[in-house]
Parts: sequence; structure tokens; C-alpha cells
Amino acid sequence: MKLLAQLKQTLFRWQSDGTAPLRLGQRRIFIIPSRGGLLFVTALVVMLIGAINYSLALGHALVFLLAGLGLVGMIHTFRNLYDLVITPGRCDAVFAGEMAYFELRLDNERATARRALTFEADAEHPVTVTVDAGKMLKIAIPQRTIRRGWCELSRIRLSSEYPLGLFHAWSYLQPAMRCLVFPTPVMTPLPGASATSRQGAQRGAAGQEDFSGFRLRQPADSLHHVAWKASARIPDSNDLLVKQFAGGSALELQLDWALTDPALPDETRLGILCGWVLQADASGQRYGLRLPGHEIARADTKNQRLACLQLLALFAL
Amino acid sequence: MSRPAHRPLDQTARPWLMAAALATILPHLEHQALWLSSLIGLMLLWAAWLWQRNERLPNSGLLAIIVCLSCCAVYLEYQTLFGRDAGVALLVIFMAMKMLELKNRRDGMVVVTLGYFLLLTHYFYSQSIPTGLWLLIALWLVTSALIRLNSGPDAMPRSILRYAASLLAQALPFMLALYLLFPRINGPLWGLPQDAHSGKTGLSEQMTPGSIAHLALNNEIAFRVRFDAEIPPGKLLYWRGPVMEYFDGTTWRPQPNRPGSERIEVIATPLSYEITLEPHNQRWLLALDAPTGMPPETGLNGTLTATHRQIINERRQFRFASTLDYRFNVAENPNILRRNLQLPAGRNPQTLKLAGEWRATTKEPEEVVNKALTLFAEQNFVYSLQPPLLGPEGIDDFLFSSRRGFCEHYAAAFVVLMRAAGIPARVVGGYQGGEVNPVDGYLTVRQSDAHAWSEIWLEGRGWIRIDPTAAVSPARIENGRIDQPGSATLPALSQLRTAWLKNLRHRWEAINNAWNQQILSYDMQRQRQLLARLGWQEAGWQDLVILLALCCTILLGAITAWTLHQKPQPDPATRLWHKALRHLARRQVNCARWETPNALLHRVQTEHPMLAEPFGRVVNAYLDVRYGRTSNNLNLLREAIAQLP
Repeated sequence: MKLLAQLKQTLFRWQSDGTAPLRLGQRRIFIIPSRGGLLFVTALVVMLIGAINYSLALGHALVFLLAGLGLVGMIHTFRNLYDLVITPGRCDAVFAGEMAYFELRLDNERATARRALTFEADAEHPVTVTVDAGKMLKIAIPQRTIRRGWCELSRIRLSSEYPLGLFHAWSYLQPAMRCLVFPTPVMTPLPGASATSRQGAQRGAAGQEDFSGFRLRQPADSLHHVAWKASARIPDSNDLLVKQFAGGSALELQLDWALTDPALPDETRLGILCGWVLQADASGQRYGLRLPGHEIARADTKNQRLACLQLLALFAL
Repeated sequence: MSRPAHRPLDQTARPWLMAAALATILPHLEHQALWLSSLIGLMLLWAAWLWQRNERLPNSGLLAIIVCLSCCAVYLEYQTLFGRDAGVALLVIFMAMKMLELKNRRDGMVVVTLGYFLLLTHYFYSQSIPTGLWLLIALWLVTSALIRLNSGPDAMPRSILRYAASLLAQALPFMLALYLLFPRINGPLWGLPQDAHSGKTGLSEQMTPGSIAHLALNNEIAFRVRFDAEIPPGKLLYWRGPVMEYFDGTTWRPQPNRPGSERIEVIATPLSYEITLEPHNQRWLLALDAPTGMPPETGLNGTLTATHRQIINERRQFRFASTLDYRFNVAENPNILRRNLQLPAGRNPQTLKLAGEWRATTKEPEEVVNKALTLFAEQNFVYSLQPPLLGPEGIDDFLFSSRRGFCEHYAAAFVVLMRAAGIPARVVGGYQGGEVNPVDGYLTVRQSDAHAWSEIWLEGRGWIRIDPTAAVSPARIENGRIDQPGSATLPALSQLRTAWLKNLRHRWEAINNAWNQQILSYDMQRQRQLLARLGWQEAGWQDLVILLALCCTILLGAITAWTLHQKPQPDPATRLWHKALRHLARRQVNCARWETPNALLHRVQTEHPMLAEPFGRVVNAYLDVRYGRTSNNLNLLREAIAQLP
């Protein structure tokens, strides 16, 4: 039993391939006749019987040529995958429920194009590409994310039936790639601003802040902040504009686990916090995040959003 | 692993499939009913129109109705849905229908497989060189469509066609190995449908007035002969077919199940020859005169006709030895002689009267024969392919009023005269003469050489051949040509042209013959002969399978090795640079992987000052090609490399 499991391991690549470029060798390419191939073989057998029965010399020749074509097709289908170099690339973080896109770089070092290469991490979203002769191509393999946390790229099935469709060649790739998945944001109104953390800073008096322009209203924005006159000037649009101010923010937010309803499941509470982070970030406020045992200080740096989302993604995992 | 193949078919793949369908259907239109061809044409046009307009394909209910109607029509036309012609008609209809049902990739695969299958069905009708060539083109098209189906829409048509040709070329060695070594099975595996070998012309088993005349204009080849030694003159070449003894007043027939034996006294040395007989759906083999050496499974019947155990329904070769000078059945069975004197009672009174007069006035049978031949020669008899229709007293009408006829009329009239005069006589059907092809030395006998002559039995001499046609039209016997009025004086230019055309025809027929002899007639015996020539006697099918597997493995290995290691060629500048580096390597200067051309030059300057100057030029030229403004400096680089010591 153990031996069988080991054999499966080596054959079907359940273990990771690491992050180094991998070159498809003959030991990892499998090939079997496709349905089209079985149809073809059946036709050939019938044709051969016909040729024998009617003593057709050219019929024999035709059947044999087609049999040769099938064999050659097998080699060429195998060759379509053989020696392809696949290098793992990067993958941008996404929210749970969204598609994660894992980037792979394909290098074709041969003088002929490799066509109809189908990559699928997820059977519903195959990616079919052609890598031209001697060229490199970057592709993104989609994979649906379900939960927050690290999403490992599942085993990729790379397959092809090019050129004749009579054989199905495939290989399993398991590059060590993962994608950070943030919790699914749940959009609820932002909690009230807490006491400002900066000493001496007042709730913004008029004229102290610099008006820096308009932006589209997010659902979280209070109707008080809508610039009605400016919104009315956009023709044929239901979008509302919100005034944006640079410099000191009117609100300083402390997004806290404790502010969410304890009756809700933990994941939903994280989702609410995630939604708050996005809203706070979008409205350009200073905000911080506090989770049991973790705290991110209030700041309005570029990295604030990422740091908060990362904390939410990996909290208690 | 196996996913549904219901991937939709992209629009641009459909013209490829239609072209493949058209190429495989087209040759069938030649021998199909007009309504069928029209139906197929309509369906293809409909499919093309739908494609052009990007319209939805018709729903399956409508298609089912069309299929049912077509099947009924095929049944009405051929009285069956199976068998060769009806089966092919159905396949062709299905192919055309499939064009209206091309929804996903699997439909495309079905079209391609059906296309390959349809290619085979063409060989039921012809296996000539043009058919072979046309089907090779069709095969190429179908394979291209298959590649197009699997490559996705981004492949260029030219590269698809080139790839298909390359795949077929790589499949050729496999085809050769399989053709030569695949264990051959002779003969049909089971009873063939009745129409399997229909449409083959040739001598029929009975002779009615006009039955040979209709062959006279048929230029098809009946058989070819290769003599081991010199070819005898044309007037001696009588190829014996069925011998007809029974006459009912209009039709001559052979005697069924005739007993009797043949005793041949050989006078001249027998000649050896090989006949390649085109299929004629009969058992007789058309040997020359009196066969002394027979091929296996062949026997001579009492009338000296060589017959085979099986019906000849495919082209086959037979080796014979025959003597042209012989005596045959000098002591004949009296029953047989009596049978060869029978005439239908009360028919042809004038002929009987004339023969009666001859018998009364002459004693010697030879004189009667001479009188009959003189009658044909002197009484304004005309050799004609279009004789007038004869009444119920056919022989009388011919001898005393119309006097126009073909060899069968003369032979029949002569035999009736002889029988009426008391001389045993019978009609022999067969071919006479033949044409020597100067290109390959084969004697070609055509359907137009079909002939009938007569045989009489004389005391002490046995059966003797008398050809009454010779008395009327000696040219027919001398060189096998029919005298046509007005054809004697052709203008010189036209004669030259005919000579040139004739030469061309000879060449073409020689090529065809070689095709038939070398390629089409490769069967179990030839396979054994080939292996024996390679030093493998008595090879069984197991040996063949092993040898075949070995060949295919080697071929697979070779093609795999060859195709897997095709790397892209580096660009010309890089190639030239590598050439320069090889020059340096011979001087023990090896360029390290990290060294730039200038760094290498620097090292060369210190280590090999002698080389510095010429190599400096190479480096400059190379850098110029690589990074310079002007692009086409390859020649400068080439010159610089040539100047390296």
C-alpha cells in the first residue's frame, strides 16, 4: 500500500515542484488515445477489413498510411509538451470568493510552435494558449478562492491534443505558489470616529484642510459629504461625488474587533473589519486595526491597507 | 483525464471541414445517380450559405427527416441499404448532412473520420494512378482539417498545410513497412455483396449476334502478357475463351458439365508466358492455343479452355506454357462429335440446302471448307461493326441477303454450314492478337480484340482452327485492326501526331502496367517471394509480426529522436560569432561564459598578441552587427572571420 502511494506520488506529482523553473521531461508526460483516437482506430479496423475483403491494394496502403499517421501523431502530441520550460511567477492577493491569478512563464525553446496547451487548476476555467517558436509567454492560471488565508495553487493539469486530436497527452505541475486571500469584505457603515490619537489635533476646522478634488462616493460615505452641485454637473450619471481633502483627516478611526457584533461568526466579523478597512482607506482617513492579540497603529501610509488586510487574512490561522 | 469533447467549433474551422468533405465526396459523383449528386450539392451549398451568413444550423428534427427520406430514396434506387453502391451512397449523404450539424469539435472529428473512410470507398471503383494521386491530395486536405480542428484559430493556413504534409511524409515509412510486412490475407473474408464486382466488361459466356461487336469499340484492357522469349506474330495469337457447341437458332452456348478429356500431341516447342488478367467475373483464363504448363488451381476442360477454380474478380497473374502447333483429340469421343453436328430443326433452310449441295458434290471435307471460305471471300461480304438486324432465320439472312457482319456472324455461319455438310464444328470465343507496348515489352490485349472463330474436326487431324473472318478481312487477323473505310490515307502531319500520341499512350500504359504489376498485385505470394529474396524462407505470420513490430519500433525511435531535438537556429550573427570562437578555441583560447566580446579581445591582446589584430576586426564587426546603426553588415563579419589565421 505504501509502495503504491509512493508510486502515485512520483507518477502524478502530488508533491511540490518547488519554485525553480521546471522542464517537462518524458517521465512526467502521460499519453493515451483520446475519444477521437478510439473512433479513428475503429474506423481503421473497419477499413482494413474492407480492404482485405475486397482485395484493395490501395486500400491497404491508405489504411497503413493512416496507421502511420496515428503513430506519428502520437509522437507529435507528446512532443508538444516535451521540453516545455515552466517558471512560476507572482500572484496578486485577492479577496475570498474572487479568482486568484497565478502567473506562469512558458518558454518554448523549439523551432516550432506549441499549440493548444490547456492549463487548468480548476476544471471550470481552463486556459488554452499557443507558445510560438522560440518565444516566451506569460499566462495567468485562474483559481477560485474560497477562504481567507494562504491559497496554495492546486495541482495544475497541463494537457494537449494537438496536432491530430487522436491522443491526449497531459502532465501534472505542482509549482509552489500561493496567493494571499483577504476575507470577503462585508459592507457595513463605518463605526463612529474615536478620539483622535494625535495630541492637539482638532476636529478639522474649515479652511484648515486643503480641498484636493472629488472622488466617487462609496456606499460607506455619509450623505453629508456629497458634493451635490458637482454631482449635478455630470450629465447622464447617477454617480455622486464626494469632496476629498488632503492633509489632516476629519476622522481618525480605530477599527476594533470589539466593535463588531460578538453574536456573529468570527469570519463574518473579520469580513466586517475588512469592509471597514476598505472604506476607511478609500475615504482617505487615518485608521488603525485592533484584533485580539494584534494591533496596527493608526497611520495613513501606503502600506496601511495592505498591512491591515494581511493581518485580517492570516488572523488566527 | 477525459473531459467532455463538447468544445464548440470555431466558425473559421468549418470551411476546412467543408473542403475536406467536398474532396472526399467529389470523385463519387462520377458514378452516382443524378438525384443523389444534386441532393448532396444542395446540402453543401446550404451549409456554405449558413456559414457565410453565420446563421444557426437547422435543428435535429429537420435533419432526421432528411436522413429518413434519403435512406428511402437510396433504398428505392438500389433495392437495398447494404452492399457496395448503396452503402457508399449512404456514407456520402451522411457526410453532406454532417456539414449541417457541425456544432462542436466532436462533430469535426466525425467528419474527418468519415472523410478518411470515404477515401477508401473510392478504391472500390478504381485503383488507377490518377485516383491514387487525387486521393493523396484529398488525404492531405482532410489531415489539414484535422490539424486545424485541434490547433485553435490562431494557426495560419499555410503552416497547417505544411504541417499536414510533414506528418504524412513522416507516416510514409510506416506505410511502407506495413505494406510490405503486414501479414496479408488472400481472398474475401466472407461472401461479398452481389454488386461487389459489377460493372466489369468482357466476353460473355454466350454468343448472340452483336455480343462481341459491342466490345469492339471498348478500348479497355482485357489482359496483358509477358512472354519469356520472343513474342509470336500477331496472327498466331489466339487466346481461347469459352467454346460454344450448343446452338438454338440465335444463341450459342457452351455445353454445361461436359465430360471428355483432352489429348494434345505437342509438335512445336511450348512458349512460356505470364498473363495478367483483368477481372472478368468468369472462370476461364484465356490461354494461348494448347496449354502444356498450367498454373496451380487451374484445369483444362475437354474443349481446351483453361478454367480456374475460382471466379476471377480481381486482377491476377497466371503463368502458362503453350504450344502453337499441336494436334488435339485426334480420337474424339463419338458422342461429342455427334453433338457438334446438331442444328436446330427446321431453321435456316437456305443454308442447309447450300451445305447439302456441297456435300453431294464433294467428297473431301477440306473442299467443303474451301468452298465456304471462297463464298465469304468472293460474294461481296463486308466486315462491319454495325450489321443490320437479322430476322428469325439469322444465318440465312446473313449469308444470302445482308452479308454484313462481325466475326461472330462469320464464325456462326461457317459452323452452321459445316454442321449441315456433316463436318463436326463449333464456335470458339476469345481474343485474337494484341498490341506490343515497345516501352515495357508487354503484349496488351484489349476488349476490342475480342474475337470468335470456328473449329472443325477432321478424321486423322483432330480439331483444326478455321477463322472465316480472315477470308473477309485479313487485316483483322494480321494486325488486329478493323478496316474502316476512308482511314487508309491520313495526312502526313496527322499521322505524325497519331504516332506521337501512340507513343504517349504506350508510355502511359507501361506506367499503368508497372503500377499494376509492382504495387497493386502485391499479395501473400509476393510477400513470401520478397522475404525469400531477403533470405527468409518459410516466414510465418508470427515472424512477420515480429519483424513488423521491430521495424515500427525503430521508425518510432528515429522519428522521436529527430523531432524532439529540433532547436531553433540561432540568428546568423550569433552563428558567425560562434564560428569565430571555434577558430580561437583551436588556438587554446576559450571564451568563458561571462566574457563579453571586448573582455575576450582584451585577454587575447595580452595572451596572444599575434591574434589581437585580426580578432579585433572580428569583434568590431560583430559589435557593429549587434549594436550598430546599420543592420546588414553580416558580410563584413564574414570577411573578418575569413581573415582569421
